[in-house]
Amino acid sequence: MSAVSAEAVSGAVRTGSDSRPRSGGEDAAPLAPRAKLLPALAAVYRAQLSRAKVARIPLLFVATFQSVGIMIMMRGVVDGGDEARAVVAGSSVLVVAFVALNLLAQYFGQLRAGGGLDHYATLPVPPAAVVLGAAGAYASFTVPGTAVTAVVGSVLFKLPMGHLWVLAAVVPLSGAALAGLGAALGLLAPRQELATLGGQLGMSAALLLGVLPAAHMPAPIAYARDLLPSTYGVEALARTFDASPDWAVVAADLGVCAAVGVVSLAAATWAYRRAAVR
Amino acid sequence: MKEAAAAATVCTVRGLVKTYPAARGRRGAPGTAAVRASDGIDLQVRRGEIFGLLGPNGAGKSTLVRQLTGLLRPDEGSVELLGHDLVRHPERAARLVGYLGQESTALDELTVSLAAETTGRLRGLGLRAARAERDAVLEELGLTDLAGRALKKLSGGQRRLACFAAALVGDRPVLVLDEPTAGMDPVARRAVWAAVDRRRAERGATVLLVTHNVIEAETVLDRVAVLERGRIIACDTPAGLKELVGDEVRVELVWRDEAPLHVPEVAALRDAAHPAGRRWTLRLAPAEARAAVAAVTGGPAFAALDDFTLTTPSLEDVYLALGGRADGLVKA
Repeated sequence: MSAVSAEAVSGAVRTGSDSRPRSGGEDAAPLAPRAKLLPALAAVYRAQLSRAKVARIPLLFVATFQSVGIMIMMRGVVDGGDEARAVVAGSSVLVVAFVALNLLAQYFGQLRAGGGLDHYATLPVPPAAVVLGAAGAYASFTVPGTAVTAVVGSVLFKLPMGHLWVLAAVVPLSGAALAGLGAALGLLAPRQELATLGGQLGMSAALLLGVLPAAHMPAPIAYARDLLPSTYGVEALARTFDASPDWAVVAADLGVCAAVGVVSLAAATWAYRRAAVR
Repeated sequence: MKEAAAAATVCTVRGLVKTYPAARGRRGAPGTAAVRASDGIDLQVRRGEIFGLLGPNGAGKSTLVRQLTGLLRPDEGSVELLGHDLVRHPERAARLVGYLGQESTALDELTVSLAAETTGRLRGLGLRAARAERDAVLEELGLTDLAGRALKKLSGGQRRLACFAAALVGDRPVLVLDEPTAGMDPVARRAVWAAVDRRRAERGATVLLVTHNVIEAETVLDRVAVLERGRIIACDTPAGLKELVGDEVRVELVWRDEAPLHVPEVAALRDAAHPAGRRWTLRLAPAEARAAVAAVTGGPAFAALDDFTLTTPSLEDVYLALGGRADGLVKA
């Protein structure tokens, strides 16, 4: 990939001998410019976002109703305090897990199985633009559902809503972590059904380990909870229901999400490259 | 000197081999043996020509095309496209080739307009250029009225045309089209071939086309390579290939029910015929063909005859004469 980077940076038609491919000889034709990362990312993002109108809105309703329903059920078991915060935060982040992890894993699994990756692989587009564009769009799908769930939950459990603006950080960061995981799962799974299964299991884990209050969990389950990236989004959101949250801990939790996001998106980009050329 | 070289060869393929490994059987499903999908392919495509790959499903057309577009690495052999070694640098293909694959999964949920625009942007065009080209191509192909519809909601032929539009946005010197007109009505087909011709006439584009439609191959292609089990069994102009079968004529007889084998003239034809249900296909010298038609239309065999046709040889006959299995070819 790097042999022709001189042209990619300038985006210009070949002029000097330095960009002439060694293998091609004297009469190698000029290569068309590559798509640059940011414009390509924007184009993929926009295209993916438009898919929501066609295919995803019913699923977004499902994601939101599921979370609101869980909170209503838990209302009978939990009456306030830390547990209520955990339930509301867990249900809100569950929307992110449903869409970014589960649906994105399914999407990439389906794209790979159906030969759809060929379309991208035959365009001069950086792999990161495809993965980040899709992951960003799926994370964006979750914004309305997460906000609705957090507000309904705060009303239901009489929690203060003053710090809910923190969702503006929780959604993109846990979205990055979970979407990266979802994309990597979808692209690495050898079969489409396994991608779907992986996405579903990941979402179930986010549901069980995120929504149920952690205090009652047996030790091994609590460790599993610590391994799940969505947990840190849940914790960050739960802490901000305090009157005066410990912002350093919130920032640390979100930092974990960000770090997992970087690693998982890098893994997904690598998986995309691997899947695109066979 | 550069122009002389450019006028000659655009794509050179030498000794291309690709084997798909054997798949182990799963429960209920038997395994498959290893398949040599490209079995030592040599090929030269000249600048500005419409070059076709003809063969039935499973002949290795798509496998060959995927190696020419950098999607698949060959096990052996070389692919040189416009002076670039695509085996060593498969990623360069995307900057030389406009590719229309068989699948539309990546574009299905987009509108026609957004599919074309996004593809143009991912081909490196700026926003304004991508939109201008999108509008021009949709207009050219008569898709403007469908621009706001999602591909998913279109008929198969319209969807194919929309994918073809996306393949054209962002000019490329080489177009690789894998069965571009599959499922299209005649109007859409004409739009496709007109667009291809325009790019060749105005920009000197070279087109590599996969088809299993013999009629289309005869009317559209400058040269055609006939594929069978991963090998090129013939490569020439359609007219040149037809000379291989000389002046033989194809006779097709369709019986109402069973062929009347009790009629001696019919029984005599039986050995030369390729029967397919009620339909017999024969390749005969002109005099023999006249005699055969006279026999089945004149005597007692006529009562059993539903229909008959007499045609000059097509590429399908060439394919049969070369030892190919013509079952997979389409004649419409």
